[in-house]
Amino acid sequence: MAIGSILFIIFLGAASFLFYRSIRKIRRNILLGRDLERTDNSSLRWKTTLRVALGQSKMVVRPVAGFLHILVYGGFVIINIEILEIIIDGVFGTHRIFSSWIGVDAYRFFINCFEILALLVLLACVVFLLRRNVVKIARFWSPEMKGWPASDANLILIAEVLLMSAFLTMDAADVLLMQTSAETLASAGLDKYAINWSGSGFTVSSLLIGLLPSDIGTLYIIERCCWWFHILGILAFLNYLAISKHLHIILAFPAVYFSNLKAKGEFDNLESVKNEVELMFDPSVDPYAAPPEPDGNAVPIAFGAKDVKDLSWKQLMDSYTCTECGRCTSECPANQTGKLLSPRKIMMDTRDRLTELGNYIDKNGLEAEDDKTLINDYITPEELWACTSCNACTEACPINLDPLSIIVDLRRYLVMEQSAAPAELNNMFTNIENNGAPWQFAQADRLNWKDE
Amino acid sequence: MSDQIQVKTMAEMLANGEEPEVLFWVGCAGSFDDRAKKITRSFVSILNKIDIKFAVLGTEESCTGDPAKRAGNEFLFQMQAMSNIQVLNSYGVKKIVTTCPHCFNTLKNEYPGLGGDYEVMHHTQFLTGLMSDGRLKVEGGSFKGKRITFHDPCYLGRANNEYEAPRNILAKLDSELVEMKRCKTKGLCCGAGGAQMFKEAEKGNKEVNIERTEDALEVKPDIIATGCPFCNTMMTDGVKNFEKEGSIKIFDLAELIAEAQTN
Repeated sequence: MAIGSILFIIFLGAASFLFYRSIRKIRRNILLGRDLERTDNSSLRWKTTLRVALGQSKMVVRPVAGFLHILVYGGFVIINIEILEIIIDGVFGTHRIFSSWIGVDAYRFFINCFEILALLVLLACVVFLLRRNVVKIARFWSPEMKGWPASDANLILIAEVLLMSAFLTMDAADVLLMQTSAETLASAGLDKYAINWSGSGFTVSSLLIGLLPSDIGTLYIIERCCWWFHILGILAFLNYLAISKHLHIILAFPAVYFSNLKAKGEFDNLESVKNEVELMFDPSVDPYAAPPEPDGNAVPIAFGAKDVKDLSWKQLMDSYTCTECGRCTSECPANQTGKLLSPRKIMMDTRDRLTELGNYIDKNGLEAEDDKTLINDYITPEELWACTSCNACTEACPINLDPLSIIVDLRRYLVMEQSAAPAELNNMFTNIENNGAPWQFAQADRLNWKDE
Repeated sequence: MSDQIQVKTMAEMLANGEEPEVLFWVGCAGSFDDRAKKITRSFVSILNKIDIKFAVLGTEESCTGDPAKRAGNEFLFQMQAMSNIQVLNSYGVKKIVTTCPHCFNTLKNEYPGLGGDYEVMHHTQFLTGLMSDGRLKVEGGSFKGKRITFHDPCYLGRANNEYEAPRNILAKLDSELVEMKRCKTKGLCCGAGGAQMFKEAEKGNKEVNIERTEDALEVKPDIIATGCPFCNTMMTDGVKNFEKEGSIKIFDLAELIAEAQTN
């Protein structure tokens, strides 16, 4: 076996293994969350996934970004068919194996399609870079985007530009090699490039041919460098996903599938609270009865969430899925009027805290708890209390993520575990408790409007 | 309002062996807030004129628990919900209409899980139904040619996907419906939801209702129509802030219908 093939198999194996390990850890972290039933109504879930995730229906609400995103997304998915060929070529030391399977003309047709898509992806990424860094669209310049999140976005876009450029350059050099006579190739030891190529090159890469040298030795080096850069770049990118917002290319699909199908206005009725309230309303309960034997294994459930472990697995999955586009934040009424709240920051904080806790668990065991919490250490009460629960964020999210449910669960903790609601809200609670209305009006006066 | 209105409570109906067609859930704002009480009376006057047999709970009604739930006080919410459900179920209530989208959302979506299953309608849905059944007749008349913009309440719109019922009503008024640039799914909140109504806003550079009022002023309306007593308050305050209360009126859709009702 050629040294190239061996190296390729080692790289492929190592990248796959590392990626598997990262994904397993992310899965473990997500499952630190509480249980939540989200497997009902699978037909509607599939339909939603087809429409929203595969069909990008919510992306195009903003037409420019939506259109460009569809180019990159479509291009990415389709061009990746070629990865299959690259892998086969890499493992077996072959050259453009598909061309011998489907014939040169059909092969040229497919590669032409890939190249056009690659060019569109490349252009879209350039526009995306300009939107972020030159046009400076406001939602990419919020406080939570400083530092790593901004670099992360730029790195992804630059990587895609480089990968597409390598892909096109490789094709251009390769076409020149393939157009060279079989004898010349054989004398240079490049027999496998002789694939009975006839006619023109590929649509897009032909444009680059003028930039390339004519010497087949140099062309071979260029072709090989681009080929290796392309595939190693993809393998590196695969592993980069695990530490990047770009993980959405995988998690967007399950995140949409398991998304909330109920009316957005419906907040869940906490079971733990329901059990207690039902007891209070049950006339057959003996208030003086001895409490039931405590179950030694039962974990006491806090009301609401103080840390990531108190959130559901879906909320945690959402946090890994968020790609920080900021549509939620740009639609948020609190954020637009200068309040601290940013729904995107809620998602980012949840993921950052979960990653931190995950790393701590790796070192100290699954039950280990550090002394930090999502609330206070990451998200301040001031942010939480600015939310109007208007659902603009969940409506805006292109993949149905739900920052609002996290905000509400954190509020629940502040109110029910810490009695730390703002004083005015405590007054409102007291009024409801005493007079059945959020204001200080007597319940007996409730029908007075009839005679006024 | 000088018109006499007729309102019976569930208790009175039960005592007379009557059963209402629908229960009108008035809500706290509709019961106590001076501005919202006018909306309540307008809605009742519509029902009175076309002899809809309805009842209210009166002093047996209590907060649905919505603001407590949005603020995170799930205990208080469930206490309220369960005691309201006891009352509603004891009267065998099946159908509820309410002029408050917050009550609407809570009763419709959050009560079923606690044992309260009812057909719940927002008043715009109920009135649309009455109009399409031919029971309620309206004629634009005084609204003809008036520019009316509708502010979508979050808890009717995004929360429950009801954007058409209010617009159907406006279409019946022969008025000119002018949409704000942010409307329907993109409608901006008035700033009152999520229990914000009951507290000062967090530090920022603007009030949400001012931002929303600017959206409305942009389309130069004669009337800003609302379907929520809290939105009504916020928009009224916003318009006052711009000293436009002389030229722009804020009305609930029930008030507009009451004005245009011909039967």
